[in-house]
Amino acid sequence: MSIDLKTIKHISKLSRISVDDQRAKKLVGDLNSIFDFIEKLNELKTENVKPLTSIAETTLKLRSDEVQSKNIREQIIKNSPQDNEDYFVVPKVIE
Amino acid sequence: MSDITKQSLTELVESIKNKKLSSSEVTKAFIERSEKSKVLNAYITEDFTSALDKAKKFDQKPNLDLKLPGIPMAVKDLFCTKNVKTTAGSKILNNFVPTYESTVTENIWNEGAILLGKLNCDEFAMGSSNETSFFGNVQNPIDKNLVPGGSSGGSASAVAGQLTPITIGTDTGGSIRQPASFTGTVGLKPTYGSCSRYGIVAFASSLDQAGPMAQNVKDCALLQEVISSFDSKDSTSIDFKRSHYSKDLTNNIKGKKIGIPKEYRVDGMPKEIEDLWQKGIEYVRDCGAEIINISLPHTNYALPTYYIVAPAEASSNLARYDGVKYGYRANGENLIDMYEKTRSEGFGAEVQRRIMIGTYVLSSGYYDAYYLKAQKVRRLIKNDFDEAYEKVDAILTPSTPSSAFKIGEKTNDPVSMYLNDIFTVPVNLAGLPGISIPAGHDAKGYPLGLQIIGKAFDEQNILNIAFAMEERINFKNKITDWWIE
Repeated sequence: MSIDLKTIKHISKLSRISVDDQRAKKLVGDLNSIFDFIEKLNELKTENVKPLTSIAETTLKLRSDEVQSKNIREQIIKNSPQDNEDYFVVPKVIE
Repeated sequence: MSDITKQSLTELVESIKNKKLSSSEVTKAFIERSEKSKVLNAYITEDFTSALDKAKKFDQKPNLDLKLPGIPMAVKDLFCTKNVKTTAGSKILNNFVPTYESTVTENIWNEGAILLGKLNCDEFAMGSSNETSFFGNVQNPIDKNLVPGGSSGGSASAVAGQLTPITIGTDTGGSIRQPASFTGTVGLKPTYGSCSRYGIVAFASSLDQAGPMAQNVKDCALLQEVISSFDSKDSTSIDFKRSHYSKDLTNNIKGKKIGIPKEYRVDGMPKEIEDLWQKGIEYVRDCGAEIINISLPHTNYALPTYYIVAPAEASSNLARYDGVKYGYRANGENLIDMYEKTRSEGFGAEVQRRIMIGTYVLSSGYYDAYYLKAQKVRRLIKNDFDEAYEKVDAILTPSTPSSAFKIGEKTNDPVSMYLNDIFTVPVNLAGLPGISIPAGHDAKGYPLGLQIIGKAFDEQNILNIAFAMEERINFKNKITDWWIE
């Protein structure tokens, strides 16, 4: 199994992380050495093993859906990189 | 002043309760030492002025019934602290001020402790040397240009260097135990579900746990008692009866069965680690415990499993950093371009690498081959432990395959960096508690740790074994204050 430049570009798109050609080339090497290491798992037969999805295999507890933090809108908006005091602002989406 | 910072947490609590020391005196002493220790780069954010105010307030009306009365402490910068900047060691969060408090830190302040500041860590806790932090690497107080381990590197450095009497870190694959081992301190990773994950910047949700780091086992037990609680705000928090870990601490481990897993004798392990392990075996035997050889046959598959599961979960958790509601934003020609540039400029190389691994193993066509496969092997690893625990009460292993290494030594080879966590990762995959205690020095005088792994929810037992071993080992950390300005 080998990851090529095309695959890196595809993963970078899925990850929403832009990478230039130089970084992409470096990632080809890095990811291939990591996946070589991961391939070790193929030595094991696992057809009849149940996947472990969570270590705490409990049923989720329900709680009432009540507002606990009040009047923090201003503080929350203040954390945004761009705002107009009432909204989060993003680049124009609709032409 | 300086002798205040040499005291253990237990001694400081006693001194404050006996009114030999005030919270202000203690707080001032740690602040003064922290200010002379900038070279270590242990802090990302200092909150000293506010700490002194809180100490003064505490002294005016001291509540001495609390478990951490007026005790100053700094915490890893992965815990959200209300109104105090929380960065996770990342550029993408370098201006983020939480509007809420993590449950674990809330528990600490409720018992009377006072925040000194936020400690450096690998970016989003992804690293084993603290070198991936956007805020620069951290020096190990043991020696110049030595990594403190990671990801809780700032935490380990601050405890070993006596900048804080105790601290908390987080451990996803060894991020508490490995730095504890590298700095000659004690670090406990609790059972998954013991400490709430609410308000901790998420890395890999099925593996992350917060835990205490301290100078000795008793301090570690006391802090664990404070931070462990059931929390309805964390859907994986577990409601079980928690012990009074410090009050119930005993060095009587007679008759305990301790397992020695043969698979942890890895190729190329330095002889001094092998010798240390052997010494550890003799110590627990001297304490009246019984040594039983066991097998954990899937040990070799733990790291490859981890490097699928952890990046997969990370790639989902880190999808929220898009430059819209908080954090860093890069300018883009349109929305998608803004996302892509923000994440490219905001995340460091290791974080990007892990997001991309995670995205790949979860992507269409590869999910079964990688992610599902890893979840199956994770079950086999957990089964190994379940079987072993039918015969033994706890397991003794080295904490790390080497002592601390030099800054820059392993940054170019991700796989060699990942191998640091070979003895700690299986514990996270199985959700078990594990503690690292300092047990000796290598030829260079650098500390080496031993790890005790327990059954789920059996923190008390491993703390007791660690406590008994600590007495026998009588470890002295070699801190020369070389960095003091």
